[in-house]
Parts: sequence; C-alpha cells; structure tokens
Amino acid sequence: MSDRTSLTIASGLGTLQEKVAGALKLAKQLGATQAEAHANFGTGFSVNVRMREVETLRHQRDQGLSITVWLGHRKGTASTSDLRPDALEESVRKACALAKYGAEDSASGLADADRLATAIPDLGLYHPWAIDPARAIELATACEAAALDADPRVTNSEGASVSTSEGLRVYGNSHGFLAGYPESDHSYTCSVVATGNGAMETDYEYAVARSAADLPSPESVGAEAGRRTAARLGGIKPETRVAPVLFPARVARGLIGHLLGAISGGALYRKSTFLVDALGKPVFAGRVTIDEQPHLLKGLNSAPFDNEGVATSDRRLVDAGVLRGYLLGSYYARKLGMQTTGNAGGAHNLVVHSTAGGFDDLVRQMGTGLIIADLMGSGINPVTGDYSRGASGFWVENGEIRHPVTEVTIAGNLKEMYQGILAIGSDVDRRGGVITGSILVDRMTIAGS
Amino acid sequence: MNPTAGNPLALVRQHVLDAGGIADHDLERALGTLMRGAVDNADLYFEVSRQESWTLEDGIVKEGAHSIEQGVGVRAMAGEKTGFAYSDEVLVPALLQASQAAGAIVRQGQQGRVQAWQPRAGHRLYEPVDPLPTLRDDDKVALLQRVDREVRALDPRVKQVVASLAAAHDVVLVCASDGTMAADVRPLVRFNISVIVEDGDKREQGYAGGGGRFGYDHLGPERLLDFGREAVRQALVNLDAVPAPSGEMIVVLGPGWPGVLLHEAIGHGLEGDFNRKGTSAFTGRIGERVASELCTVVDDGTLPGRRGSLNMDDEGTPTRNTVLIENGILKGYLQDKMNARLMGVESTGNGRRQSFAHTPMPRMTNTYMLAGPHHPDEIIASVKKGVYARNFGGGQVDITSGKFVFSATEAYRIENGKIGAPIRDATLVGDGPTVLNRVTMVGNDLALDTGIGVCGKEGQSVPVGVGQPTLRIDGLTVGGTGGDE
Repeated sequence: MSDRTSLTIASGLGTLQEKVAGALKLAKQLGATQAEAHANFGTGFSVNVRMREVETLRHQRDQGLSITVWLGHRKGTASTSDLRPDALEESVRKACALAKYGAEDSASGLADADRLATAIPDLGLYHPWAIDPARAIELATACEAAALDADPRVTNSEGASVSTSEGLRVYGNSHGFLAGYPESDHSYTCSVVATGNGAMETDYEYAVARSAADLPSPESVGAEAGRRTAARLGGIKPETRVAPVLFPARVARGLIGHLLGAISGGALYRKSTFLVDALGKPVFAGRVTIDEQPHLLKGLNSAPFDNEGVATSDRRLVDAGVLRGYLLGSYYARKLGMQTTGNAGGAHNLVVHSTAGGFDDLVRQMGTGLIIADLMGSGINPVTGDYSRGASGFWVENGEIRHPVTEVTIAGNLKEMYQGILAIGSDVDRRGGVITGSILVDRMTIAGS
Repeated sequence: MNPTAGNPLALVRQHVLDAGGIADHDLERALGTLMRGAVDNADLYFEVSRQESWTLEDGIVKEGAHSIEQGVGVRAMAGEKTGFAYSDEVLVPALLQASQAAGAIVRQGQQGRVQAWQPRAGHRLYEPVDPLPTLRDDDKVALLQRVDREVRALDPRVKQVVASLAAAHDVVLVCASDGTMAADVRPLVRFNISVIVEDGDKREQGYAGGGGRFGYDHLGPERLLDFGREAVRQALVNLDAVPAPSGEMIVVLGPGWPGVLLHEAIGHGLEGDFNRKGTSAFTGRIGERVASELCTVVDDGTLPGRRGSLNMDDEGTPTRNTVLIENGILKGYLQDKMNARLMGVESTGNGRRQSFAHTPMPRMTNTYMLAGPHHPDEIIASVKKGVYARNFGGGQVDITSGKFVFSATEAYRIENGKIGAPIRDATLVGDGPTVLNRVTMVGNDLALDTGIGVCGKEGQSVPVGVGQPTLRIDGLTVGGTGGDE
C-alpha cells in the first residue's frame, strides 16, 4: 500500500482493492473468523447559478473504508476516511475490539459463499463527463434563464445547478470475494419562485443520468421548473371531502417506495410493518405488477452485486397484485428461515408496469379529484400503514383542472391505497430507483377547511 | 486528549494541526491563496470527528460500530459568490490544493489581506470531554441489556425492544481571513429506544430518547429507564387510538418537543439566507406583527449542555440568545457571516455546517417560545371540541409559501374541556406567517425537548433543540380519515 492516497478514478480501482484485501488479511491475522470490507472513492463538482450570476462552485472528494469482523458469531464494525496504512490498521483493530463486546448471534456472518456473484456484468454505470466549471456555469445559466423566462410571474430564484460526480465502489470478504466498479452521476436541478397576489410559491425540476448524453437540454429542465412554479400560484384550500387522488409519476415513486420499507427483512422480523406475513397474498389491486431489475443498463439503482457480494438478478416482486418476494439480506433471511434475495442495502430498480395511457388519460379517468403536486411531512406509520401527509396540487372536475390547491392533507391507509390503485400511466419517470408512471388511487380523505 | 485541560484552542491545534504537520505559515499561505481578487472573506475549517454506536435488538447487543472522519473545508467568498473545496486529508499539499480550487470562483488578481489572528474566548457551555470513554464498553453493553430486561417486564404486550447508545467527539478549528482563530471540542451523546407492542392483531410502535453535550455519565440507568417507560406508554396509548378527525379545528399543543412547530413554521423562514434572497414568506417583515402578543420566540445557542448548543458556531462566532419574535412582533433573523455581511448586520452566531465537507448556512440552535400566563389544565378546559397533540414525529416547511406540516405520534380528542380518546397518526398543516396569530393561550409550563432533534436543510443535518409551553391554536387543519362529524 502506498503511503499517500492520491487516488484517481482511472487508477484507483486497483489501489482500493489492495486496501480492502490488506484490511481483510490483517483482520484474519488478528483472529477474525470472518471479515468483509467496503471501500469507496468519489470526486466531482457542482455549480449553482442564481439570478444569472454564479453563486457557488463546490468541489467534492470523498473516500472511506469500512470493515466488519466476526469473532465466531460476534460482530464489530469500524470505518475511517483516512486510508493511510496506520489509520486502516487502527480501524481493523477497533472492529476486532468491538466484536469482543458483541453478543453471540448465530444468524450473524457473511453471506453464504455459494450466493456470491461470480461474474461482474458491465451495467454501463460509468460515463465520465468531460466538463469544466466554466462550461457547467454556462449550462446552469441557460437552465435558470429558461426558468426565469418561462412565465412573467417567475420573479425570483433559488438557482439552477449542474453537478457531476464519479466514484469507485469496492467490496471484498473473507470468502475470497473481491470486486469493484466505477460509476457516475450527472444532474441538472432548477428551483424558482413565482409571485402573484402577494403570495409566493416555489417548485423545481431536475434531471439525473449516469451519462451526460442522456440528460435532456438544460433549457428544457429550466422551462419546466418555471412552468410548474407559476402553475402553483393562487392555490385555495378546498372543503374536507373524500375523493380519488392522482399521484403524478414523480410523486408516485414515493408511494411505491413505502412498499420497500414494509417488505425489508428488519421490518418483517421485528413485525414493524403493515405487511406482516403478506408473502403470496394480494397486497395490491390485481392490475399491479412490479419487477426488480438490478441489471438495467445505466439504471440509477443498478448493481452487479449487493452489499454482501451476493449476485443480483431480475425477478418479479409483485405479480398481478400478489406479493412474490421480500427484500432480504443474509442476516434477516436467516432470522426468518429464508434465503437472501440479494437485497442487502436495498432494492435495485423497481419497475412498475403501466396499465393505462398518458397522464391526461388518467386525469380524465379520475373525473373529479386531486392531482398531487407536492407532498410534505413524514406522516406514515410503518406498523399500521396509516398515511397522512401535507399536500398541494390541483383540483380536477369532470376531467379538467379547475384550480391549484394548497394547505391540505391527504389521508388513508397504505393497505387500502395499494388495493385501490385504479390505473398506472404510461408517463414513466426514470429519475429514481422506482420506475413508474402516474398512479390513480380510488379514494382518500382530503382535509381542508 | 486530556479531558480536563483548560485551553481548547491549544489542545485542538495540537490534536488537529500538529498531527498533519500543518504550521501557522501553511494556514497563512492557504488563506493567501484564497484571498485574491474580489474575495471578501475566506476560511479554513478543520475537523476530526469520532463516533460510536451500540445497538441492542432481541435482548442482545448485536453490533458495536466506530467511525473516524477528518478533513479540512476551504471556502472563499466574494459578494454573493462562494467557492468551496475540501479534502479528507489534513496535510499541507491537500490544504493548498483545496485552496486553489475554492479560490477559482473569482478572477485572479491582487493579493487580498489576511488579518492577524485574534484568538477569542468563547462560551464554556459544556466540558471539552471525549464522551466515548466516559463509560467502559462492557458497561455500555450491560446498561442496554438492563434497559431491555426492565422495559420488557413493564407490560406483557411489549414484544420487541430496539435500543441504542451513541456518542460523538467532534473537534473543530476555524481560521479565517478576518482574524478568526477559534476551536471547540464538542461532545454529544444520545440514547434511543423503540418498542413494538402487540394486543391481539393490533400492533403499535412507541419511541423515546434523549441526550446532550456531555458524557455517558449523564445518561444513567434511571434516565434511560424513564425513556423506556415513555416509549411503552406511547405505544400502549396508540393501541386504543381511533382514526383522527379531519378538517380545521382548535388544536392544543403539548409542551416540549411539539415546539418543532416553531422550528418549522417560524424558525426556518427567519434564516438569513432565505431573507437575503427574498424567498422567505417572512422577507421584509421585521417590525411587523406575525404572532399574537402572547408569543415571544427565541433561538438560544447558549443553554448549557443542550443538544442544540454550541460554544461557537462553525465560523468561530460565539453563539447568542437571539430574539426572533417579541410579544408578537418580528424582531430578527438568524445570520451567518456571509448573509450578515450582505444584509449589513452582525452574525448572530448561527453559521453551522454538517461537517468539513459542507458549507456553512444560517441554522437554528435551540428554538423555543417563552412561558405565558395560563395553567395547562385551564387551556384544555377552555376547549369545547378539538385536538390535543402531545407528541410529534417530524415536520417540514416550504419556506417560500410558508406552508408547514407535521405529524402527531400521540394525540387525543378534546371534548367539553376534557381529554378524550387517543387518535392515530394525525397530520397538522398550516401557514407559518399566520399560525401564531391564532395562538390564544400560552401555558406557564415551558419545557425543552429531551435532546433528540435533527434538522435537515439543503441535504445537511445538524443537531438542534426545540421547546415551548402548552399552546392553544384556534384553527389548524388536521388530516385524518375519521371525518368531521
């Protein structure tokens, strides 16, 4: 190992793998029966332009290594951002010392060796962007200008930013697994303020992709930010009532996201989920089918292996409404008497199948109800599925948008909301780990005045 | 480090700078690199942070975890522009490289002036202790196991207990072109407990916790058991909860943690950056009435030992007690150095950052409303029909529109002046600039939270405190499924 850590993305993979291998070897020398280590390195920068002037230029450079050791079935973990040999050795020793205080837990340990990935497919996750801050400032300026010019009511701005980052991930364990890969993320975001009748509203738009070539134009992102923000002005608080609710694709992602926590191993084992013993049962309306696609090319949550080195693979998670699998790593899989599903660290690209036409079709299908623009607050009880969040949006009557809505809550229960899904639009949003179109839910309580 | 030695600056210099071979002339060179062209101010922020956590589940401590993070953040400010870079190596070449990158925000030009450093004595609100070794590791394990045993024994319906102990030792040093040279040693400990109770096919969760800027010795077994009892009590209350009503109604907020309402509805909107940019619903409203005259709200970073307290902020400015609203009139904003300079006022000591890898912003410390004249029983008795919200989960605000939301984790109906049935998972929404105008009674029972607050802003998390007395608000929207009968 070198004394100075002058890592780069291009040359760093070998160096990080050496550091992981060195840490695992030292753990073994110190008496660990098993060990695993993650190392990462990342670099990038972002610029923010506000009111047509550069506001910030931020350079980012992160690195770290975390090691877990087992003495029998007792576990200790330590991490460090200093990758020099002395600091790494101190961390390994610390992890071993902590493991001595851990309790014997027979489920604790590495993933079974036969589940580890044997091939590391290239998922197209790394596309460096040859851009310097000066060019990024031009793009951000164009993005914000499009937002400011989108509507005369757009009068102020939080700014537009362009961000690029590249990184390396390495994982190794004492089964002899050692692998890593590079990845990249590039994004535009733009947030502006609109004014009307003495009130102000803000909204934003963004784009994110593994490859800059897949980003839309910065002008289109800005224009959408401006349009969205101006449309929010003049919101009124409707009367309290029960009505259907349309979650546009970018908000619908969160609705499906609540499923992820509810079917994760820890929540299932602790029974701190509204979906206890739901495997094989109809959790959603029969029209809902959801796949997990970890190997989606250029996917934002794609990964060749999970946080334990377990091979990831495509599978159907929800089939015609019926829950077909959980999200398990080795530990809770053992606790539940099951097998890991390659989800240590979470889900990898959930793809919700579309059942209907575009957004406008869903608005017509809803007839009278609420389109959500934005949700606020964390009013979800994971144990009961009770759902109550602050919302703003648009009131629809007879399939046509009537006026913006503000300062309401929408309430229901996730079990009933999932069963009440009437349609999933073809307007698919690919900007996150859940890939879905807009979702129409049959009824929720909308509380206003 | 010697926990009892007196001079934090000398200690921190030794701990952070000497270890990386960084001398005074290296600091001057780095600041000199930054102070070019139109740069108004530049600073270097060194940090060495160690953290540990111990987690119990199933009656056993499953894992101890330890982490070390260190680095230096380098910032140059010119007008409204900020250039920022950081390195996780506290070494001279990395420092100079980061300074070059951060300084590139402005055109190269004449060398700016770096003022002579003037070490300044800050507060001594907490001892500069490393909290990690204030309890032996096997005693931490034994303490968690004892809490688990005793909490399970409280009620046969307790089915699961997850408890954790965590401590952080954060050592920071700020040196800036305006002559600031200051250091702080910040201990922070925390205990969390969550329980699952089961009764037939009904399950509920209860949560409690607390901590502050001290060693583990302040979190003795009795204190932890109190948190355990509180978590069980909340979970059992919710077993019997009925759906929350919906619609606009009178809401009585309990004392302590429900002060998160002030944090969300008022505090964020008074942060200097939003007001400088004109994006806050409170912009330009200093001197105006924004609350009923019963309301006085402060942000006080100087409370001894509190989770949200700091001897100095992350720009080296000593923290203060800043009056935000006095008898209903908006008095002031919370400022860091940059926004204070651009708005022509002084920093209020609210420049905070999550770590060396983040840029400072105006942030809250401990935000609370002062006590009023009413007995809490009198407040409940005054409500014919409404909701009593005693405890909350998180909250969120839209600074620009002023709209806020937060979620009650323990709430009851009020009927004919008496507390009635518990209601489940109600969300409250309202409008920041108008909500405090609807405060009609303020209790004499001011309480601060137990030390659990984490505030998020632009992706950065910092520990904060909140508090308030019992409040009656005539008109908040409650969102439940129970209907408005």
